Formats: sequence, C-alpha cells, structure tokens
Amino acid sequence: MTPADRCRGDFPILERKINGKPLVYLDSAASSQKPRQVIDAVRRYYETTHANVHRSIHTLGEEATALLEASRDKVREFIGAAEREEVIFTRGTTEAINLVAQAIGRTIKPGDEVVVTEMEHHSNLIPWQMLCRDRGAVLKAVPVIGDGVLDLEAFSRLLSSRTRVVAVAHVSNVLGTINPVGEIVKRSRAAGALVLVDGAQAVPHMPVNVQRLGADFYAFSGHKMLGPTGVGVLYGRRAVLERLEPAWGGGEMIKEVWIDHAQWNDLPWRFEPGTPPIAPIVGLGAAVEYLSEVGMEAVGAHEQALCRLTLELLAKNDDVIIYGPRNPEIKGAVVAFNVRGLHPHDVAHLLDQEGIAVRAGHHCAMPLMRRLGVVGTVRASFSVHTIPGEIEFLTKALSNLNLML
Amino acid sequence: MLYSSVISERFRHPRFFGDLDGADAVFEDVNPLCGDRVRIQLKLANGGIADARFKGDSCAICMASADLLAEMARGRAVDEALALGPDDLLTRLGATIRPSRITCVTLPLQVLKGALAAVGAAR
Repeated sequence: MTPADRCRGDFPILERKINGKPLVYLDSAASSQKPRQVIDAVRRYYETTHANVHRSIHTLGEEATALLEASRDKVREFIGAAEREEVIFTRGTTEAINLVAQAIGRTIKPGDEVVVTEMEHHSNLIPWQMLCRDRGAVLKAVPVIGDGVLDLEAFSRLLSSRTRVVAVAHVSNVLGTINPVGEIVKRSRAAGALVLVDGAQAVPHMPVNVQRLGADFYAFSGHKMLGPTGVGVLYGRRAVLERLEPAWGGGEMIKEVWIDHAQWNDLPWRFEPGTPPIAPIVGLGAAVEYLSEVGMEAVGAHEQALCRLTLELLAKNDDVIIYGPRNPEIKGAVVAFNVRGLHPHDVAHLLDQEGIAVRAGHHCAMPLMRRLGVVGTVRASFSVHTIPGEIEFLTKALSNLNLML
Repeated sequence: MLYSSVISERFRHPRFFGDLDGADAVFEDVNPLCGDRVRIQLKLANGGIADARFKGDSCAICMASADLLAEMARGRAVDEALALGPDDLLTRLGATIRPSRITCVTLPLQVLKGALAAVGAAR
C-alpha cells in the first residue's frame, strides 16, 4: 500500500472539479493541500479553546498555551532537534531566514562574506543581499553545473576566513536537486562560517534530522507540509541562538522591561515577539502528527517513485525539455520542464482546462532561470496524495497541447 | 481554442515581431509576476508613430497583445497612442482574460508608454 492509497480520502479538496474535470493537484511545492485531520484541529481549536497564549491566567489561555507548546514538542521530535528551546515559530520560511539575517546582521562587518548558491529561492537570497548592502559585506554564489547540481569545488574556493554565513537550499524548488548539506556544513564549519539551510522543499518530503545534518539554522514552512499558512519554523542550534541578539522586539520576548532597557526572555521565546499564529501552530502540530503516522521514509519512497515515473514519461515526449537531475535518487518531489514552442504560462493555462494544477513561471528563482537560459518553466510537484494515474494524465495532456492553442 | 482565434493567429504568426533599423525610441520592461520581457522599438515622424516593432520572450497572450498594439500604434499621433488602454486591446483580442493573466495584456502598453516617455514624446 502506498501512502496515497491510505491518504487520498483524507483530502476534502480532491473531491473538487475544475473545469468539469477532477482536480489533479500537482502544485504541492508551492503550497500543499490539507488533510481533514489538520482542518479539524484548527476548527476544534477555534471552536473550543482559543485565547491568547502565555499570559492568560484562565482556563482557555492555559489550554491554548499547552496546545502551542505541544506543537513545539512535536516539531522538535519530527526534525530531530536536541531541545525544544531550539524550535522557534515564525510566519514561514521567509520570515525565519530574515530573522537569522537580521540577528546575525548586527555582527557582520564590512568585508565579511556571505555565500549563497545560484539555485536559491529569492527568500534565501534577498535577505542576504539586503544584509550585505547594509553592512558592506560581500555576497558570493556557488555556481550550478551539469544537469543542476552545485559546483562543490567552486564552493570550497569561495570559502575563506572572511566567510561568516553559508545559506543553501536543502532541496531546490525548481531543479529538485537534493544538495549535499552534510558536506557543505562540514566545509563551512572548517572555515568558521555558520550554515543556514532552507528546508522548505525537504521537510515535507523526506526524513530530516537537523542534528545529523549539523546545520546551525534550518528553516521551513507549515503550509508546504500539509499544515496551515502563516506558520513556519526556525530551528537554531542552542549554542548559536544564545549568543545572538533578538532580531525583533515586542511583547513575549522580554523578561523584565524598564523605560530605557529590557532583559530578554529565555529561548525560544526571545525570538518570538508578539502574539504567535496560534491556530496555524496547532494545525502544524496536527500536520506533523499526520506525516509521522504515514512515516517520512514511506513518503520519501512514494514521491521518489512518482518523480521517476514523471521523468520516464516526460522523456518519451520529444517536445518536452526537462530541467534538473535525471536521477530520482538525488531529486526531491518536483520536476521542472518546458514544452517546445510554448510559454510555461500557456502550458499551465492549457493544463488547467484539464483540471491539472501546475506551477509556471520563474518560481522565485530568477538567477537560476537566467542560468538555465529560460524565462520560466512549468513545474509539477507531488505530495502524499499524488497517484501514478495523475502523472499519466498529465503526460497525456501534454502530448495534446499544441492542438489546443 | 484556449484563448481566441486572434490570440492563436497572432501568437503563431505575429506581423510586427522583429527589429526596427534606426529606431528613434526603444524601451523594454519585465512583468514581475512571470518574468516575461517585451521590447518595443518605434520610429517617430511629425508628432506621430511612423512604425513599430516588438520583440520578447513571452506567453501567447502577451505576444498577441504586443503585436496588436504595434499595429494599432502605427500611424497614430503620439497623443492618441498614449490614450490606448487595456480595453482597446481586449476588444481586439476577443478573449476573456482571467485576472491572473491581465498583466500579460497590459505589459506591452506599459512598454509603449515607456518608449514614448524615454524620448520625451510623452507629455
């Protein structure tokens, strides 16, 4: 039994028809759909429990706080963090990366260097660009070579005693490439640099253990892993978090306040100013439970099989150009491609007529698009509920496209 | 037919795609939503647009819109060309364009205005 066999019935949205056809949702890398268990958890929370957390001396406040902190424990276990204090809730991956860039930013001096890669999503590029501009630091990028992997030799040459931060995607949101994060961490640490890993496309699709990876920071989003929008996670190694000043100020992140100064709260709350997105955090807890029950090994194997099938079927169509590694073993749950003579947006529009939802465009990775020499690509991405029949339907629809425009 | 016969026809066989030797005005812009790029070249004479060509890496809607706009701009006084709006193009394109694709129609308009502004032909 594949995960899809047991999961499919859990996703109410899959009952929808689009243009009179059953919905074929192949855009989970942009945002995943939600199983009933997550939707119910959020609804139940609002219907029975909602109140502000951490400061309310009443039953609802205590229950809401307990639910929120229980989600933190679930996330800690899910990503294999050593301590719950290392799990910081944010509004998403983007905010998590900005948090780190701003907190570290205070310690960056002119001439310091930050290393990113050519395959980064804008959310793991722009915060570092802004940081470098503000602090007079230098931004360097690891080239993408071959069929879409990082040039690790060039990476080693970019590292120096001036390198302060290395920011890299665990899985490329376009190429699908699973980057050798363990190796990157090893080399970065030897150079004395901190490592931030953008795990937005990894955590929903494969087992991730932050301690084994060894990264100092690991960021991901709830809404890409069957959870609600508006919540993300920043994992940070305690030793590193403890020596960083908070990125942002407000309630909740303080212990004691005077007019002219304040004492910061303990971890993790020091980095969580303001009322957190409580309901989304509760929903994320339910999503983590759901994925754990299916088993991330099983999810990974299922999606790798879908990736292999997609690559095989697309390769049979001479009009299709595939981007990214052809080896599904080093590829996450996305396949990017173009159809000769057609713009990716037209392809997406045509597929929508068949009820198929794919992503088309630059995927917030314009430097990578430039590297590939394209305006954009079409991208099909998978989730626990995706079945081989949907991939076959997609590839069949693609072979009829030219007749439709 | 996905969009309309006009869009299909102009996408497959654009009439004003290409370069204009000795152009008086050249402007290029990008649609930040999709990264599409359109470049318009104009020849100006007697307060009007004598000739127009476009180039670009763009979708069928944007391509058809740019082609139609080049055709509509030719022979028009600058003032008249500046007054062209999305509705003029939509009428000629003969398609219902979804809100998510409307910038595909309007990008060429923006580029035309940019080209005229760049040479100070626009007020």
